[in-house]
Amino acid sequence: MKISVVIRQVPDLIEPLTINSTGTWIDYEEAMFLVNEYDDHALEQALLLKEAHGGTVTAVALDFGDVEETLYAAAAKGVDRIIKIPYTGEKSPSPLEAAPLFAPVIASTSPDLVLVGVQSYEELQGTFAPYLAHALKLPYAGLIQGVEAAGEGFVRAYKEFPGAAKALLRVQLPAVLGILSASKPPRYVPISRVRAAMKEAHFEEQEGPLGEPAPGIHVKRLFYPEVSGRAEILEGSEEDIAAKIIQIFEEKGVIS
Amino acid sequence: MSARDIAVLAELHQEKIAPITYELLGCARALAEAAGGDVVAFLLGGHVEALAGQLAAADRIITVEDPALAGFSPEPYLNVLENLLQTETPRVVLLGSTTIGLDLASLVGARIQAPVVTGCTRLQLAGEQLTVLSHLYAGKMCAEVEVTRLPAICVMLPGSYRERKEGGRGQVEVRPCEAPLPAGAVTFEKMIFPEAGDIDITQQDILVAVGRGIKQQENIELAEELAEALGGAVCASRPVVDQGWLPTTRQVGKSGMTVKPKCYLALGISGAPEHQEGMKNSHLIVAINSDPKAPIYDIAHYGAVVDLMDLAPVLTEKLKARKNV
Amino acid sequence: MIQATRLSNDYKFTPSTLDIEKLIWSRDFLGCLQCGLCAGTCPLGYTMNYPPRKMILNIRAGNLDKVLRDPSVWLCISCYTCSSRCPKNIELTDMLWPALRDRALQEGFQPPAELQDAFEKIYKYGNVLGQSPKKRLEWTKPLDFPVLNLATDPRPVDVLWAVECFPSYYPRNQIVTRSFAKILNQLGIDWGVLGHKEKCLGDCDRLYGEEGLFEILLESNIELLRTFEFNTLLVIDPHAYRALVRFYPLYGANFPAKHYTMYLAERLDQLKPLLKNPVEATVTYHDNCCIGRRCGCYEAPRQLLEAIPGIKLVEMDRNRENALCCGGGGGGMWLDAHITEHGGYRLSDERVRQAAATGAEIMAVSCPYELSRFEDSIKVDGLEDRIRVRDIIELLAYSMGLQEGGVV
Repeated sequence: MKISVVIRQVPDLIEPLTINSTGTWIDYEEAMFLVNEYDDHALEQALLLKEAHGGTVTAVALDFGDVEETLYAAAAKGVDRIIKIPYTGEKSPSPLEAAPLFAPVIASTSPDLVLVGVQSYEELQGTFAPYLAHALKLPYAGLIQGVEAAGEGFVRAYKEFPGAAKALLRVQLPAVLGILSASKPPRYVPISRVRAAMKEAHFEEQEGPLGEPAPGIHVKRLFYPEVSGRAEILEGSEEDIAAKIIQIFEEKGVIS
Repeated sequence: MSARDIAVLAELHQEKIAPITYELLGCARALAEAAGGDVVAFLLGGHVEALAGQLAAADRIITVEDPALAGFSPEPYLNVLENLLQTETPRVVLLGSTTIGLDLASLVGARIQAPVVTGCTRLQLAGEQLTVLSHLYAGKMCAEVEVTRLPAICVMLPGSYRERKEGGRGQVEVRPCEAPLPAGAVTFEKMIFPEAGDIDITQQDILVAVGRGIKQQENIELAEELAEALGGAVCASRPVVDQGWLPTTRQVGKSGMTVKPKCYLALGISGAPEHQEGMKNSHLIVAINSDPKAPIYDIAHYGAVVDLMDLAPVLTEKLKARKNV
Repeated sequence: MIQATRLSNDYKFTPSTLDIEKLIWSRDFLGCLQCGLCAGTCPLGYTMNYPPRKMILNIRAGNLDKVLRDPSVWLCISCYTCSSRCPKNIELTDMLWPALRDRALQEGFQPPAELQDAFEKIYKYGNVLGQSPKKRLEWTKPLDFPVLNLATDPRPVDVLWAVECFPSYYPRNQIVTRSFAKILNQLGIDWGVLGHKEKCLGDCDRLYGEEGLFEILLESNIELLRTFEFNTLLVIDPHAYRALVRFYPLYGANFPAKHYTMYLAERLDQLKPLLKNPVEATVTYHDNCCIGRRCGCYEAPRQLLEAIPGIKLVEMDRNRENALCCGGGGGGMWLDAHITEHGGYRLSDERVRQAAATGAEIMAVSCPYELSRFEDSIKVDGLEDRIRVRDIIELLAYSMGLQEGGVV
């Protein structure tokens, strides 16, 4: 099976985010980056499928947000090909801009299966995974919690549903799946292997056309949510407090 | 067919209307009441006509039945929605930020070239302009988005709007499918439910967490009653599990599980860093700890400095009374 | 035909050249008598399918694969009891286990999840708590005097204090860190810290098989430290001390490192007149594994405690080289779940019972992990009314009138 995986870097939330000078997005200058958690799972799922059924795994990433480190780790984990797409934008592309950028590069790898993280916390104008599927003219299913091969040209995918239920889907390849979690958690690769990859791994480069921003929609401003600081302490007798808690639950939609 | 309507995709789970639908209707009603237009619910599935009456908050309910819509697979739903949106021309289409909504929103948006906004918590509609408030960066940032090209597709976060179960005209329209829908490349085979046995606390929406403050194993029953009254489950910090009072499947924290429920009610938990690590991203954290200096208060949204043994039974009683009204 | 590697007597393995198969056939390890003292003396030996003796035996017999996939690989908490008792002085803790774990990781065996998380955090952020490097000096905020941050204001100092991870970020430990800052000032010492440039010294990674990570940290730390001029490299973390005196020199870095107990004991004449307030309590001192068993420093902490007026020092049965490890060790902190899953227990739970049995009201410690571990165990064992945990620094600070919070 030929599997292609999209890897995206996102700002690390360990540092407080700063808003840029126009107030319309975050400022990437001071940000630390890490791999989008769901893309990490997509990569793991791809490697698990390769280990179980043979084939190749190709990782495709934008040259953005300190991606090299993630790509060396991917190489150390056993990815066969790594393709970087040159990118000079100051911020991550929106899903609609990114889909045309990735689609031709991924199409050129002739994948049977495309795995991409179902979401990233940078997404606002839709989510990238379905847009990519649309650009590739491939079927799509998302929030997938595990993929298994199911005979020639098919895979089984488990789609998350509420209450820990899963829908078993039969997917005819080629297809795009939006991964929520791999069948197993992302593997650990020792640093010595990553260091070795830094010396030996080779990345290819391939360009794609950046898409147009979505028409008729623009981000007016980005702002910090109200900071609550320490907890609001509820006062009164136990009766009073219980009543207040119930009111809070109702307001927040915890209970109906 | 008015180009002013607000459309809602009703969701089903296990052949019942999923609660998110009522929240979407709440949002739609609020928009319609402020800016005019009908609230139109799209109800798709294998056998759904009988459920249409439950969407009484909508002015019109359009039902589409087909075997291919019985379990959720994206393509048949996508095709039906695309069709519906050609005849219905709403200003806004509301979907829930759910396994169904997230799949369909961008697929539909791409097909009909409509703007899509995700993570929405508040919408304002004025004529042909929609203003959206959204959350991103795991809730650390808010965005105000202006949409001038309609229809727009908005994916709403659960808990953003209050449920509405009536208030609309409730007119039902059955739309037959002209021909049986083609299945598509992704087909739904069956739903797999978790095995009976211990629950998966990471999947629970409401958790009642107990810490050392519970003092004895017998008192855990208090927490269990409260959890039941809330429709949630009991979990615990490490010391409680270490004592053997609850199994490790219930442990939250660095050496246990990480949970992000809608509501985390912490009873007698001091909130050591190791525990915080496992639950700090819960949407709503309410802490009950008789120690006003307990670190849990640094991350809780609300708290009460009382003895949990006094508060828990009172809270349970009130919750039960509410349900019986 | 199994060949024994003939190595010269002075052949030394470094963390980067450690290889389990070469190690097992090296002269030192060939000297293993299979006496079983290691297995018998290990506090968690009973949980291991392969205690050290059996590991050596099996690897020699060609069963490395079986050993690598066994949970035993991750059950050692690095307390050094086996190494200190081995009649042939085989470096079990510092060589056998790290080599085995390194091989396990190389072969793709996954470490227990908590440990994996710890490695990832150290690699990404330079500290095991996964906190931002920019917050390294948050602990200084409540202080009413400035702290010299050598990262922004480099200049020669008498003492470069490498604060380390837990003392920098963990709330309970930050109290101790601030107390120590005050003590240094009271003694008129010219000191500075490394601020956001400070990174974990890496000892725990080395012990738990991440030799690659240890090397990266070591290289980065050596490069950083060499840009500064100082007379003493002071640490309050015993693991940092051991790494600096035992492993950093293997890479050519001989920093003049001291653990705070040694540093202050050397200045007892200066310190003693400042210890004005009595601490009227019976105190027992817990010897931590690193400066204790591993480095033989038993008396300096006791000298400090005895210098405080009012303290009555009592000893636990297991003291000095026989002390029972708190279980946190050089990584045991991240193995609690794995250990309990395989029939073990938190050693700190037992240790606090031993402390309480002496009748002591205060359990004195000098290692950062122990504060949270012992305080936790005291709660679990229901001993809150009988005994409390304090770092020696806190007791000194109280006696000097510098304590935070007013009570000791």
